[in-house]
Amino acid sequence: MADDPISQFQISRLVPIEIGNLDFSFTNSSLFMVATVAAAGGFLFLTTANRGLVPGRMQSISEMSYEFIANMLREGAGTQGMRFFPLVFSLFMFVLVANLMGMVPYFFTVTSHIIVTFALAMLVIGTVIVYGFMKHGIGFLKLFVPHGVPPLIVPLVSAIEVISFLSRPISLSVRLFANMLAGHITLKVFAGFVTSMSALGALGVVGSILPLLMTIALTGLEFLVSFLQAYVFAVLTCMYLNDALHPGH
Amino acid sequence: MRETLPENGKDDANNRSQPFDDAELARRRDALAASIGKQREKSALQAEKDRDGSDTGWGVAVKVSSEFIAGIAVGAILGYGFDSYFETSPWGLIVLLMLGFAAGVLNVLRSVGKVADRPKL
Repeated sequence: MADDPISQFQISRLVPIEIGNLDFSFTNSSLFMVATVAAAGGFLFLTTANRGLVPGRMQSISEMSYEFIANMLREGAGTQGMRFFPLVFSLFMFVLVANLMGMVPYFFTVTSHIIVTFALAMLVIGTVIVYGFMKHGIGFLKLFVPHGVPPLIVPLVSAIEVISFLSRPISLSVRLFANMLAGHITLKVFAGFVTSMSALGALGVVGSILPLLMTIALTGLEFLVSFLQAYVFAVLTCMYLNDALHPGH
Repeated sequence: MRETLPENGKDDANNRSQPFDDAELARRRDALAASIGKQREKSALQAEKDRDGSDTGWGVAVKVSSEFIAGIAVGAILGYGFDSYFETSPWGLIVLLMLGFAAGVLNVLRSVGKVADRPKL
């Protein structure tokens, strides 16, 4: 493994596949996405396979994650929002497990690539737009016309509202990606200090305790960030779905 | 609570003994609804508390800056697309970049709660 903090984000082709002129290779990123889905799905399936009325330790983790997202969705988008539960729950579990798997040394962090988080955000915003127009028809566009604005400046305000709406998938994806990328780089830089300082002799070894402590603290912080970002992603998804369900609110 | 179909209803009526009358069932339902309501309230409070704890300095920085940059980026992309489609360069970019800037500011103000969240009907 190379020492520089960026090489951990390198994409490498594991199984080169080319259809036409397009590159459909199975990369290390794809491998970890499959692993994420397998881990999340497998965990939920196995822990609820022989479920009891009184849940065991593992079963209550599954039930807690269900309750957590269900409550979030009910608060964020109302009871009607529960029809999007499968989407929000899958997104949350995918992001959470991908973030947590990225914390294992030598593992690849799927969510540290903006194209992955952007695809997830586009899925959310696509659902909002499609469902919004399906449910409210052209009335969904009322979302972009604020109430109580003088008619003269409505076009201007609407244009700003439209751009603000379109910027949501970008800010949603940038937030997740930036947090993961920056966190992993910081972690790697401080861990790198430990090795390079201890190469300087006895004094260096003593001095390297400081970056080592920092690395330990950052690891804890990164676990927090992993969870927090999955949470934020799910909360914002609920908020945007709320617009699709009730564009007037 | 579900209404049974006529042919099933006959079978059910024959098989089922009825130890509970409607008043008893209604009372139980109310008690259950009340306890579920209490539980929901409690978890809502919990969620509110969690959200407050999530506002670390770094978190706010990434949140606000991503909102702002996203607005400008979308303005720039739309402007560039408009120009290359209608061949009006550079006017689309100029106008939409400024609108994007406004949208970015609006995003930031909205995310820190300084303006009303979404337009009301």
